[in-house]
Amino acid sequence: MRRLYAILIAAGFVYMMLSFLGVVPGYGNIDLCSRVSSSFLLKDVSEQNAKNWLMAKGLETKSIEKVYGEKNKEDGCANVVTSIVVNYRSFDTLGEVTVLFTAALGVGLILGGTRRKKYGLLPNFVFRESTRILVPLIILFGAYIFVHGHLTPGGGFPGGTIIAAAALLLYLADEEFFLSKVSTGALEGSMGGLYVIAGLLGLAIGGYFLYNFLPTGRVGNLISSGIVPIVYTFIGLKVGAELSGLITDLHSEEG
Amino acid sequence: MVYWISIILMGIGIYGLLTQKNLFKQLISLAIIDTAVNVFIIAAGYVEGGKAPIYTKALPSFLKGAFVDPLPQALVLTAIVIGVGVLALGAALLVRVKEKHKNLDVENMKGVGE
Amino acid sequence: MMTALVVLAGAIMTVAAVFAVEAKKILDSVIAMSVVSLVSVFLFIAMRAPDVAITEASVGAGLVTAVFLVALFRMKGGDEE
Repeated sequence: MRRLYAILIAAGFVYMMLSFLGVVPGYGNIDLCSRVSSSFLLKDVSEQNAKNWLMAKGLETKSIEKVYGEKNKEDGCANVVTSIVVNYRSFDTLGEVTVLFTAALGVGLILGGTRRKKYGLLPNFVFRESTRILVPLIILFGAYIFVHGHLTPGGGFPGGTIIAAAALLLYLADEEFFLSKVSTGALEGSMGGLYVIAGLLGLAIGGYFLYNFLPTGRVGNLISSGIVPIVYTFIGLKVGAELSGLITDLHSEEG
Repeated sequence: MVYWISIILMGIGIYGLLTQKNLFKQLISLAIIDTAVNVFIIAAGYVEGGKAPIYTKALPSFLKGAFVDPLPQALVLTAIVIGVGVLALGAALLVRVKEKHKNLDVENMKGVGE
Repeated sequence: MMTALVVLAGAIMTVAAVFAVEAKKILDSVIAMSVVSLVSVFLFIAMRAPDVAITEASVGAGLVTAVFLVALFRMKGGDEE
């Protein structure tokens, strides 16, 4: 009986969502020019330019080949997703990082402790030894991902997660390994503080919170796009420390 | 097409939330709904024949149909990481529930579901 | 070609999701959930979202599964129906 009702409710939900599909634009048929994303893609969100573009729809004439390697294209990020996450909507990202911090804090309050919980299992010899070779490489790869976040796919969030995966590997390979709460907490707190300080510096220099006050350089170079790679490095280290602390909490017990 | 996949996955997740008595199964159903919603939001920004929104040397001509919409991608990017935090919080709560009640079945817990 | 692959991915995701919800052992269900996440990475790549694909591959398929398995191990196998 319970299953029948559940199937009815789920089917009703699916029917509701499928009828809702008539309102959403069809899959793949989206007019980007009518969305706010078009100004993000053009890397020009100032009001006057938006008006100009709306007036002259013959945008195809403006060749985009100029953008790659051009100087001062608003924020200079080659990756538009990164430029939205860390530049246009950076305040939103600060809030999201806070949500993640709160979730990690909750895990720490529920499960945290000062001693490593032992299961009495001895990991495989090959696994133990190869972990020592792999962990530096994994951390290097994570750092590569968040340092190159403005050029290639990736960024602070996946880079931090990959660093946390290295911590997880260490926990699985060694029964004695235990990260102290002080180290992850200090790294996390200082990185969060530096993010806010970068925002306040922008407020002092440019008049907006998290204003991109450094020179933006050429699109496509490693040292370009102002504070975006710096802020993404803060986010990457913060997320990595937070998730490592979360894994530490899962492996610890009181005592 | 991708809309259909994600909506069916959401339906399966809701079915799991309603039928399963084990709390861990309910958490897994939540994780499935999480993935499905992310797929749905990304599908709302797909442009047929568009490229990934990264400027490279070999660039498409211009905006119309050149790139897919980057805004849903930016939103989902952070939503996924928030998801892992929330799911880990749920898993931590379940560890404590198991320690207190000795099982995870909603109907066999003392003082719950009688 | 791409449409056929997307349909195949959708079929795998649906089967894995049903298995994750209905499996008797929780371990099977966690692994099936990680399969759903992993195949969704392919969907993200098909929809030209490489940033999200990287994040989902490292977070959804890697870390969430690991966290669930560690939590499951900590409660000694959970409850099997």
